[in-house]
Amino acid sequence: MTPPGPPHLKDGPDASPEVLAALHRTWSDPPGLRGWLCAVNHKTVATRFVVTTFVFFLLAGVLALVMRLQLARPDSHWIDPHLYNQLFTLHGTTMMFLFAVPVMQAVAAWLVPLMIGARSVAFPRMNAFAFWVFALGGVFLFGGFAVGAGPDTGWFSYPPLASSDYSPGKGVDIWAQMITFTELAGLLEAVILITTILKMRAPGMTLARMPLFVWATLVTQCMVLFAMPAVMLGSTGLILDRLVGTHFYNPAHGGDVLLWQHLFWFFGHPEVYLIFIPPLGFISTIVATFSGRPVFGYRAVVLSLIATAFLAFGLWVHHMFATNLPEVGKSFFTAASLAIALPAAVQIFCWLATLWLGRVRFSVPLLFVLAFFFILVLGGLTGIMLGAVPLDLQLHDTYFVVAHLHYVLLGGAVFPLFGAIHYWFPKATGRLLGERAGRWQFWLFFTGFNVTFFPMHLLGLHGMPRRVYTYGGDMGWGGLNLLATAGAFCIAASVVVFLWNVAASLKHGAAAGADPWGAGTLEWSVPSPPPPHTFDALPVVHAADPLWSAPGSPAVVSGLAADAREVLTTTVAAALPEGRPLFPQPSIWPLVAALAVSALFVGSVFNPWAVVWFSLPVAVAVIGWFWPGPGETRRGLALEKKP
Amino acid sequence: MSRGLDVRHLPSYGFGTRSLMWWGTLGMMLIEGTVFAIGILMYFYLRGIAPAWPLGAPPPDLRWGIANTLLLLASLWPNWMVHRASVREDRAAARRWLVVCVVMALAFLGLRALEFTTLNVTWHANAYGSLVWLLMGLHTTHLVMDTIDTGVLTVLLFTGPFEGKRMVDVSENALYWYFVVGSWLPIWAVVYLAPRV
Repeated sequence: MTPPGPPHLKDGPDASPEVLAALHRTWSDPPGLRGWLCAVNHKTVATRFVVTTFVFFLLAGVLALVMRLQLARPDSHWIDPHLYNQLFTLHGTTMMFLFAVPVMQAVAAWLVPLMIGARSVAFPRMNAFAFWVFALGGVFLFGGFAVGAGPDTGWFSYPPLASSDYSPGKGVDIWAQMITFTELAGLLEAVILITTILKMRAPGMTLARMPLFVWATLVTQCMVLFAMPAVMLGSTGLILDRLVGTHFYNPAHGGDVLLWQHLFWFFGHPEVYLIFIPPLGFISTIVATFSGRPVFGYRAVVLSLIATAFLAFGLWVHHMFATNLPEVGKSFFTAASLAIALPAAVQIFCWLATLWLGRVRFSVPLLFVLAFFFILVLGGLTGIMLGAVPLDLQLHDTYFVVAHLHYVLLGGAVFPLFGAIHYWFPKATGRLLGERAGRWQFWLFFTGFNVTFFPMHLLGLHGMPRRVYTYGGDMGWGGLNLLATAGAFCIAASVVVFLWNVAASLKHGAAAGADPWGAGTLEWSVPSPPPPHTFDALPVVHAADPLWSAPGSPAVVSGLAADAREVLTTTVAAALPEGRPLFPQPSIWPLVAALAVSALFVGSVFNPWAVVWFSLPVAVAVIGWFWPGPGETRRGLALEKKP
Repeated sequence: MSRGLDVRHLPSYGFGTRSLMWWGTLGMMLIEGTVFAIGILMYFYLRGIAPAWPLGAPPPDLRWGIANTLLLLASLWPNWMVHRASVREDRAAARRWLVVCVVMALAFLGLRALEFTTLNVTWHANAYGSLVWLLMGLHTTHLVMDTIDTGVLTVLLFTGPFEGKRMVDVSENALYWYFVVGSWLPIWAVVYLAPRV
């Protein structure tokens, strides 16, 4: 809504009700359907983002249940191999590209501004655009599956299997463009989050006072910048090979199939850490709160996060030990793969020391974190086993690898993520999740998880290959497979309890208040749920855990416009106040641009010329987005102050 | 009672690291620079396993490639003038030099079209051809986008609506232009020189 006159109200301590009402009105999304489509408030967009990733999580979970039913007994022909190939491809693709990486960015886009004392993320319209692109990419993938064009070449889609010779049809093309959709969204989110963290922290929040989750997000998003381009360019090469006859991966004309594996895993291994590092931030936050003290060894934890990020780029070849690479190279990658255990261990010891020195409260979020310790250590140990070339050759492409990757990904990411949801749900909704249902969810999940995936280690050691749609009764794998299927349904029950808990708590949950856990970071200083503008006045930070420290002076910022979306920028390292730029209003253009970009990506699967023709609507949408409206310029001029 | 930390004296926009969009542009340049670097790695990876290079085609003709490189380097001058005018907030000078930039950008695109006619290989002939077209295609996409960006900014500076922070946009457009020219030099060397050495 356009305010009637030029902006004249300023925020600050002891603001009048008029100023608070103006702030609320200014930062609200517009009403109605159009307002819904135009929304740019970071909490609105991020909430949609988190919910969308969870929908994909549930869909991928259903696919997993179908596969487990198929494998529950030997010689099962309930599902044919063609459909089974689509199921595991879609399960892996969805979990990795539509759930695990984006959910971490989505949570960060909600949380980071609250933790650093800002009213928005940087580039709020770009944030909305990234969400729309992501969601449309996911719809495209599942739409293809629904009409019988699901990809069936596995989540890493190796050529030559993925070439047009061996995989005719549109499935792999759709897969490759789904990569373009999601990686575009992921790269934009990375730029948004990095800029937000470096430039929009509250005054006084120096880098050394930044919450550890914000550090984890910063490190992760810097990795995104260098990891995702590899898979984006690689999958572009794949679709070009399939559609216009290039030969990047075609050995008959000078290409090479291993080039794809290098490009994919140069992204794919860091990707594991894009999934794993944000949860390290959840854990540092939750451990600190439920120990009632700051994390032991803050600097060691930060340095470990950075070291992990660097080492993560030196591991990719350990996915390729079964190829004809030089043995010396493999030794290097074995060493790097073992070395990355060191920064992980440093953090684990820091958390143990924190728990040891603190007064521990065993609430549900902490239970999920403690499960992380148990499961991730097991997954890490099998990782060290697989990092050794001789063992890897024996176990490659068996269920041992399936067990390992689920131990690290669920243990490393999904358990802490559920902990994080239990922890921050009251902040987002104003209501606590039920503690008893939470414990049921936890124990069902923990038990179900181990019952499902532990037997897979043994199946792998017995030689059961992954990705087979059935197996003979004489192999003796029936019992362990049945056990794994029972475990999978136990996990499903846990997720049902979770969904019920969310639904029930939204209606009848106990009121949370601003700070139900007695935590130390800034997001707990505002009401639950936070108002659209989050902070009535931006905080000034004087310590690493502001809510656990004596209040400093001045306590808050004053003088930002209350009737325009004015924000405060600060310097990168010291967070000294630097500027007060005006942020854009809600707009339909991000959605229009996302639709135009989607038309281009989808069209390209059917006709390469679509890239040319649809670039016109994309250009129109982007120019329309950029072109300043008269109202916007008027507001800008009213608040303008030259440097 | 304290008034709080008063920030109303702070500027509403700023150049360089003070601007959020500068950081956004830096992020995009890092991403696109990584894309170019990976494209070049692909080139040398496949060259490393090829029996001969280039595969079954003569190297691209140097003529248009050299002409375009010189023109791109020459465009740094008007672009630098735009950059300086933007920081001085001299709208008249900025739009004058922007017009020069747009004209030069249209000239590159014309020369680029000629370059494509003298690559001496198609993308579907073999992997060498695919790589040459990939690198050229990636860079040409940047040229086209930067031409459109610059054109839109030029029109905006003539027609308005105008406010001071638009000069920050102009300076960041100039920054991106440096990137497009700078990234061309390694790509030019790979496409035109690598097949000759």
